[in-house]
This record gives sequence, structure tokens and C-alpha cells, in this order.
Amino acid sequence: MIKTDILIIGAGPCGLFTVFEAGLLKLKCHLIDVLPQVGGQLSEIYPKKPIYDIPGFPSILAGDLVDNLMEQIKPFNPSFTLGEQASEIKKLNDGSFEVISNKGTKIHTKVIAIAGGLGSFEPRKPPIDGLLQFEDLGVDYMVKDPEKYRNKRLLIAGGGDSALDWTIELSDIADHITMIHRRNSFRGALDSVDKVMELSKAGKIDLITEAQAIGVKGKSHLEAIEIKTKENVYWLDVDHFIPLFGLSPKLGPIADWGLSITRSAIDVNTLDYSTNVDGIYAIGDINNYEGKLKLILCGFHEATLMVQSAFKRVYPDQKLSFKYTTVSGVNGFN
Amino acid sequence: MEENIKLTVIDREGTEHNLEAPTDMNFNLMEIMKAAELPVEGTCGGMALCASCHCYIESDHPLNQPSDDEEDMLDQAFFVEDNSRLSCQIPIVESINGLTVTLAPVSE
Repeated sequence: MIKTDILIIGAGPCGLFTVFEAGLLKLKCHLIDVLPQVGGQLSEIYPKKPIYDIPGFPSILAGDLVDNLMEQIKPFNPSFTLGEQASEIKKLNDGSFEVISNKGTKIHTKVIAIAGGLGSFEPRKPPIDGLLQFEDLGVDYMVKDPEKYRNKRLLIAGGGDSALDWTIELSDIADHITMIHRRNSFRGALDSVDKVMELSKAGKIDLITEAQAIGVKGKSHLEAIEIKTKENVYWLDVDHFIPLFGLSPKLGPIADWGLSITRSAIDVNTLDYSTNVDGIYAIGDINNYEGKLKLILCGFHEATLMVQSAFKRVYPDQKLSFKYTTVSGVNGFN
Repeated sequence: MEENIKLTVIDREGTEHNLEAPTDMNFNLMEIMKAAELPVEGTCGGMALCASCHCYIESDHPLNQPSDDEEDMLDQAFFVEDNSRLSCQIPIVESINGLTVTLAPVSE
């Protein structure tokens, strides 16, 4: 089992900076994030966008800010569980917690800091009646193992890079691929678009544009998808339907942890950003208090105050003396 | 100071909300709807990088054309119609005085 002082749920900018401030107080951090990479929204949604309100940086690309934060926290050796969602929480008798991920990873921690941003990123599911009942029975929102599709008939929906890339990659593996997209043009990388067009011209895939999937049918497994084009509506027999419409954030399992929540945000006391559950804090975009602003710089401030309170919880008998980094430097962990 | 313009937003239950918005503050429609506590997510903050402020334009006001970025994001939205727009990409300007929009449904 992983053991840590502070388990940070969410490896976005606020979660990452928490490692630094906690490290100055000799508190060890572990981070868990549902995305396969660190940086949260900055990496997932807008890595190439400049941010203009980070103090001391007139302009910095979101992706560069994440790189800088990773560099800054390096001395404190944070550990990571990426690509997993914190799903279950148990409070132990001594006031510490055991958190279990959706993949069964167990983490023992004295304090939990939820820095979950807008929630955990989950695939967007098209609003088709009956779709949910075929999840894992022919309907997949992501491709985990391409071999699963060998000699199968696939319908891939979407117009972005993942839809294009998987259509290209699976075209050699699947028996037949139909790709369906709402418009005539694609938003993906140009060479991927070109490749898909070539595959279509060569008759290796069927490309249907200005069309949408609107119905599903099957018995114990998916059998067909109903397709609506500008001209007509018809059923296409397929073994698998792979809708690839990107990710969107959902509050997820933390909604069931007994926390006080207002409009998808966790209520906190601004004294130390503690929640109504003793030992759980919430910082950054996911928290809610009077006057809240969802800004990275506010999240940094919240993280800094939060770890002071967390210290008292981890070391109730020790006195905390505040030191400037300019005086004492950054003394990392070995 | 310039006068406010009037906007009508029909929510997902069909209720009409009459809003006013200043044209001299560089706002967009998503921001005005959020400020009025209407159920608009605006996840990305207005960069046309998510599709959570999707709405339908119900009146025939002359609007700016959707950018490629906006069209790309509409690809990730559902319930997209010919009059679909991302409200964060509609600036609050005098020429949209009286605009009526309906909030698009949200999916799971």
C-alpha cells in the first residue's frame, strides 16, 4: 500500500504546487489523477494557450507552466498514480484515511487535499437511447486494446484526432470500418485527415459525413447502429461502436463522500480550506466560498494556507515555525 | 455610458429569462448567462475549447460567423443543429439587442 502524509486528488497546477508548499513543511505528497498525464485542464484542454495572470510571468504557455511546476516540486519527490480515479474512501480509527482507486490501488494518507478542478475528465457519451446498456458489450468510449477489434466490423464516430488516428490504425486490423462525422471537414491534424481521405478513396473504409448515429440495437451484444444522413435514415450492422467525442469533466465519486457541495463545488472554510469532513481539504477550482474566483493564482494561495493546517493535523504536537525560502532555501527530501 | 441591450434566454425547461447586458464591458453571451445563474457550464472559461455553452439562436440577428475553432468544438457537442452556436463566441454588442437563444440539452 502507498503511504503518504497528504494525498492530493488532482494533478493540475494547484495540486502540483501543493507538493512544494507541503514539502517546505516536510510533508510528503502523493498525487492521483484520472488523466494519464499531469497538468489537469492545462495539459488536457489548452496546453498551447498563453496565461497572462501568473504573478511574475507576463505570459506563459499553459504547458510550460506545468513543466515549471514539475521542476519546482522535484526536490520533494512526489509520487503519482496517473490514469486512475480516486473512487472510494474509508476513514480509519486513528483519523487517517484509506483511499482506493477505480483500479484497486490503495493509498493510506493522513490528510486528503481535493484539488480536482472541474472534476474528473470522462468520455463524452452521445445521447442515444439505449446506448448505456451496450457499454462494454460493443460500445467503447476509448480504444484500450486494438486487438479486440481484429476481424470485426466497426463504426467510429467523431471528427477529431482520436477518431482519425484510430480509424487509420484500426483499418489494418478490423474487418471493416465505417467512420461517421457531423460535418464535411475535420478538425484533426492535416496528415491524419489526408490519410483518412486516402483510405476512403481506396475503398478501405466507408466515410460518411454530415451524418449522426441516432439509434442502437442488439440482444446480448450490440448488433447495429441507426444512422441519419441528410438524405435518409438506415441501420448499419456492426460489432462495435466507438464514439470519440473528447472528454468532459464530471464531479464523479467524490460527490458521494459526504462533503457539503453547492453547484458542483465543495464548500470550504476560508480559514484553511477545510471541508465539513475532518481531514479533507478542497483547493482550487473545485472549492466554493463567498467571493471565490476560479484562478490558478488563487489556487496557489489556497494550497499554501491549507498545508499549514494539514501540518497541525499530521504533527499535532509540533510547533510550526514559518520560514522564507530566501532565508532557508529549498531543502528537498532524499 | 452606453445603454444595456436586452436578451432572452429560454432554459431547458422552456422558461424564458429576460436579461440585460452592457455592451461596453467586452462580455460574451456565455458570461452573461452564467452571471444570471442560468445552467451554463462554460467549462473552459470562454476559449471555445469545450462545448459546454452550446445554445440555439432563435432570432434572425446578424451574428459573427463561427470560427474554425468553434466549428471544431461543436463536433464534440451533441444535439447540434443548423442554428447551434457556442455562446462564449457571441460578443455582447449593440447589433444583437433583442437576441433570443435556447440552451441546448446536456447529455450524460
